Amino acid sequence: MDEGFFENGEKMEQIEIKDFYLYYGKFCALENINLSIKEKRITSMIGPSGCGKSTLLRSINRINDTIEGVRTTGQIFVNGKNIYDPSYDIDSLRRNIGMVFQRPNPFPISIYKNVSFGLEVNRICSKKSVMNEIVEKSLRDVLLWDEIKDKLKKSALTLTLEQQQRLCIARVIAVKPQVILLDEPCSALDPVATRKIEELMLILKQNYTIVIVTHNMQQAARVSQDTAFMLLGKLIEFNKTSTIFTKPKKKETDDYVSGRFG
Amino acid sequence: MKKLSPKLSQKLAVSLLTVAMIITLIPVSAIIFIIVKNGISAISWEFLFSMPTQGMRAGGIFPAIVGTIAIVSCSIATALPIGVCAAIYLNEYARDNLLTRIIKLAIVNLAGIPSVVYGLFGLGIFVMFLGFGVSIIAGALTLAIMELPVIITTARSALSNVPNSFREASLALGVSRWQTIRHIVLPNALPGILTGAILSIARVAGETAPILFTAAAFYTPNLPHSVFDQVMALPYHLFIISTQIPNMPKNIIFGTALVLLVMVLSMSLIAIIARIIFRKRRKW
Repeated sequence: MDEGFFENGEKMEQIEIKDFYLYYGKFCALENINLSIKEKRITSMIGPSGCGKSTLLRSINRINDTIEGVRTTGQIFVNGKNIYDPSYDIDSLRRNIGMVFQRPNPFPISIYKNVSFGLEVNRICSKKSVMNEIVEKSLRDVLLWDEIKDKLKKSALTLTLEQQQRLCIARVIAVKPQVILLDEPCSALDPVATRKIEELMLILKQNYTIVIVTHNMQQAARVSQDTAFMLLGKLIEFNKTSTIFTKPKKKETDDYVSGRFG
Repeated sequence: MKKLSPKLSQKLAVSLLTVAMIITLIPVSAIIFIIVKNGISAISWEFLFSMPTQGMRAGGIFPAIVGTIAIVSCSIATALPIGVCAAIYLNEYARDNLLTRIIKLAIVNLAGIPSVVYGLFGLGIFVMFLGFGVSIIAGALTLAIMELPVIITTARSALSNVPNSFREASLALGVSRWQTIRHIVLPNALPGILTGAILSIARVAGETAPILFTAAAFYTPNLPHSVFDQVMALPYHLFIISTQIPNMPKNIIFGTALVLLVMVLSMSLIAIIARIIFRKRRKW
């Protein structure tokens, strides 16, 4: 990587992955990953299925811990602290690093309760008026408020898939994270809904650091500033998105982004 | 030998399966028909709500109904919380190792133990060792142990039917594992857990052997005052009046059987209705 490769020199490094390995049992799914993600930018991870991009994303909020047989070595620093340190509080890590999944997965409860859930259960907020404000603000932030303000008490499952995915983002925003991880957030959506979610990402970028895993190269090119290309558990190339798509340094990257495989 | 044509073998298979189905239906409907036909004449308010008289040859079966309800409700009150907690542990916390697999196997096998063995176990532990005597509590705890495998197995399958994406979504919000279970997993598994509980009640309500040594009395002149009293119970009462008492009016025997049958079947019916309502409501 070139010196001074980030033009936005003033932006801080939010997430730093150092010598990171991850094993599922004996299978090495991530091999020696080194990557630093800057704040308030959109970083996308691309690569063919099974390359480890989702696994890497899921390592950043340690949701991989719930899978049996996962073992890691190396460090991931968030705001300068190693989240794999045994003393690190995982629940507060996950509040700080929200995650949106491939299939919209709202809870089968009301729209309002979906958004208030994280705050209520963690007893971060107990005042009704404050809660109402947070719920409204979160739903406004994902441009959902005007569509659903009259049916907050209805089940979240009555919404369209795209609205559900927005709701899932609102649910994450409500607990005030710094980082939002998106794991192929549009793969269950049609092209129109996909465009709306992409527009939303560009708005959210102003306030949040966003990391998105996508199998859709056009999506990575459209929304992200930085792109990491992965192959077979290794990080092949990490650079500005425009560089990755126009003049990649590695042959594998070139082959992938020009559609020769994957 | 010439092979059958596909059309003919299809016809043969369907008729064989139909015959098998009819054969299984015959005994069930015959039992219900005979019991209803012979017992319906005994059923009256007096029969249901009064004490037996004339050496149980007349009067009602009220104490036996009360006894069965008392034993069964005490047993489910014990078995349900323990069983659900064990199921939560096995499904949500236990790592998949040899010990866990042995425990799971043991639970499945617990369901295959003959009920008379449970009765002897209850006699040894609750009646004698713990000194409860022959009582509601001893019988209820014995039945509770019988219910546990059914409750644990159904509760586990209800828990594992809750989509993992709900757990992940909740954990990813920084909600702890236990809070996730309490607020997300359990509410969604509850209908399934309750259905299993009702079915396990239906299974033990008609059991005779486990309460024979632990709870049931031949005859009590009074209703029970506490859980340490002996009680009459429907299945045991039915056994006594049909084998031990000479010149027993036939319709009282069948009437008693009918009451027991209706109690058990209505419990299964409640479980079925609950499941239908739940299926309609569930969208994921």
